[in-house]
Amino acid sequence: MKRRDFVHHVAWTGAGIVYVLGAEGVVRATAAATPGAFSFVQISDSHIGYAGPANDDVRATLQKAVTAINAMPAQPSFVIHTGDVTHLSKAAEFDDARAILSTLRAPLITLPGEHDVIGAEGPKRFAAAFGRKDAAGRGWSSWDQGGIHFVALINVGEGETMGMLGDEQLAWLQHDLAGRKAETPLVVFGHVPLFAVAPEWGWTTTDGTKAIAMLRRFNAVTVLNGHIHQVVEQTDGAIRFGTARSTAFPQAAPGTPGAKPGPMKVAPDSLLGVLGYRTVQIEGAGAWRERTLAQS
Amino acid sequence: MRTALFGAAALVALLAAAPPSRPAAVVHIRDDAFVPATITVRAGESVTFINDDDDAHTATADNASWDSEGLNQGQKWVHAFAKTGKIAYHCTVHPMMHGTIVVRSAP
Repeated sequence: MKRRDFVHHVAWTGAGIVYVLGAEGVVRATAAATPGAFSFVQISDSHIGYAGPANDDVRATLQKAVTAINAMPAQPSFVIHTGDVTHLSKAAEFDDARAILSTLRAPLITLPGEHDVIGAEGPKRFAAAFGRKDAAGRGWSSWDQGGIHFVALINVGEGETMGMLGDEQLAWLQHDLAGRKAETPLVVFGHVPLFAVAPEWGWTTTDGTKAIAMLRRFNAVTVLNGHIHQVVEQTDGAIRFGTARSTAFPQAAPGTPGAKPGPMKVAPDSLLGVLGYRTVQIEGAGAWRERTLAQS
Repeated sequence: MRTALFGAAALVALLAAAPPSRPAAVVHIRDDAFVPATITVRAGESVTFINDDDDAHTATADNASWDSEGLNQGQKWVHAFAKTGKIAYHCTVHPMMHGTIVVRSAP
């Protein structure tokens, strides 16, 4: 089978823009999602518990995202929250977040961010609120759905800092991917970007290159992360990386002179325009082939 | 009268023997940095960590012997250091933030 004949690919929407990711890593604008096609939603960085000038009601903006997702005419197969559900890992924050996220109509998968594993109690509280029974190690997991092999990585809570997968998880990943055909479309999730967005700001996974090396033999890989509260995309061979918006507050773009990571205040009437979630559509073979051939 | 004079003299002697008061040791967490990055205290003294940033921070010993856990803007955390030595610490949510507490013997 030729590369262009791959069964599936992934399309994602950022702020109203729909992209198609092909096996060759080609991205192009496309039409709206195909009705009835397999889809999922990525939501990220809700920071329940934050109270500051960048957003005076993070619960309301998370609720707004949940309401919008619930209103989708075709419900996604699942919603994945890629971490920083809470701001300080407090029990009340997990309670508030769970109260809102539990109203999602679609099944919820939640990964921890570094804000969810603060202190000795943070990891326990996260596990109690959002832990998956079928997960391995510190919570990593994989599953097959809609013709895609999904991998959920945990790159916080390893050692004393964030942005690290660790040898145990890398060994698990190697075992998980072993024997899978190169044609298998992969979608990989994690909180901190797997690729180096801004290492000086902690926006990288220090041993991410080891995981990326394992992904290179596959022909269509999509890596979706959170953490940086903005959409940044990058292509590396057949691997397409994308980070997501927050539902709480934006952060400065990497490289902005004088900027630092952290909550960034924008004009109140502009806030909703920089928050969001990502709808991901897995399109069928016909659409993929037709569009790919039109591009090539 | 004699008792009162004796009491006053004892108080003066006590004050004279007391060590001069030392300013409280404070580390501000500001612009994603511990300020000052290195602070020296005597064994038994405390350090107050104050988060001035509009972001969550922690002050967490690299050897995990103490941890402020999450601090929001304006929150403070106080920790007493009993043993002498040099302790490196960091912020668990901002790995580029590092500081050092130097604990010397009490006089």
